Amino acid sequence: MNIASTFELMLAAVVLGLGIWTIAVHETYSAAVGFVAYGLLVALIWVRLDAVDVALTEAAISGGLGGVLLLGAAARLRHAELMVAEVPDRLTRVSAAVLSVMTAAALVGAVLWLPDSAPTLAPEVVANAWATSLTNPVTNVLMAFRAMDTMLEKVVLLLAIIGVWSLAPDTAWGGRPGPRHRADPNGVLVFLARLLPPAGIAIAVYILWTGANHPGGAFQGGAILAAMWLLAVMAGLTDTPAVGRRWLRLILVAGPALFLVVGLGGLWFGTAFLAYPTAQAKPLIVVIEVAMIQTIAATLGLLLTGAPERSAKP
Amino acid sequence: MSLARDMITLVAVSAGAFFFLAGTIGLLRFPDTLTRLHALTKADNLGLGLVVLGLLPQAASVRDALKLISVWLLALLAGATVSQLIARAAREARTTR
Repeated sequence: MNIASTFELMLAAVVLGLGIWTIAVHETYSAAVGFVAYGLLVALIWVRLDAVDVALTEAAISGGLGGVLLLGAAARLRHAELMVAEVPDRLTRVSAAVLSVMTAAALVGAVLWLPDSAPTLAPEVVANAWATSLTNPVTNVLMAFRAMDTMLEKVVLLLAIIGVWSLAPDTAWGGRPGPRHRADPNGVLVFLARLLPPAGIAIAVYILWTGANHPGGAFQGGAILAAMWLLAVMAGLTDTPAVGRRWLRLILVAGPALFLVVGLGGLWFGTAFLAYPTAQAKPLIVVIEVAMIQTIAATLGLLLTGAPERSAKP
Repeated sequence: MSLARDMITLVAVSAGAFFFLAGTIGLLRFPDTLTRLHALTKADNLGLGLVVLGLLPQAASVRDALKLISVWLLALLAGATVSQLIARAAREARTTR
């Protein structure tokens, strides 16, 4: 057994152990911290599987933004936990156990009965890369060969934000999400929030641009942009915008809308919905991605700041 | 030439791994938040710095080397800020208790 496979076995064991610990640990806060570490380690596994695109997304979403979301939820639940010591009755616990065992058994079955040479379309993806003149196969699949899925995924993001907003109380409808954060203007958090965003924005644009030929793309770049915006919000340098604003809603629909327009253009001028003319494939994909990175950054940021809490009117 | 490069990598990455090990032991063994933070930031700053230093001779181009260095600088910045924030929170929790 060589060093690489020893490392992989250790990594898998640590991830399994951490997963079990995250479920079993009593405090919500510890579970949230455990989940962040879990996300980062799973990202390492994706790197070992040569799926760097997935690793970037996993680290940004599960380790980064998801972690912030869970920590925020844990902070809000802290008071509730002290007051209510609710223990589910025996029937609920037995049914939960039965459901978990059945799910685990189904997963084990699915893994064990996989065909030995898994059916794959990867060679065809590589063989048809000429059609888009992008060399990153993941971007090719996401933006061209299965562009429909990516477009629908952006619509799902939009539905998610509507779901979060609908939790707003009537008085705050269309208002500003989250509390107004304040921090010591000479403190380290404000210093970081002034220093980091220029570098973060440059890195996000780089990741979007390099996504054509290397791991990266609009989702990973958008997650970094959202993180930079959230940093400025948490340091109190800027306030969250009222969600009723017209410009904000335009940004939120820009990505899926442009995708839809290009798709219909394919139907009108070309052969099928979302069929790009070969000569214009790359410019079209870049234009869609530029619109999408803004939509993704705004959506992820707003998902994390939560439902509107403060009325738009002063 | 390549032997010298490999030697630098071997020595620096091993030294970095040693700092990470020492920092982890400190994190597990030290008695309170502030000393644990002390151990952790040493591991982050010096350990990662030495690992990056060791990887520099293996970088394919100047661009890759600069990317490695900026990874280290960003980790330094994040580590320093976060440890300050945690230390402050720990101090406030102690004075209010």
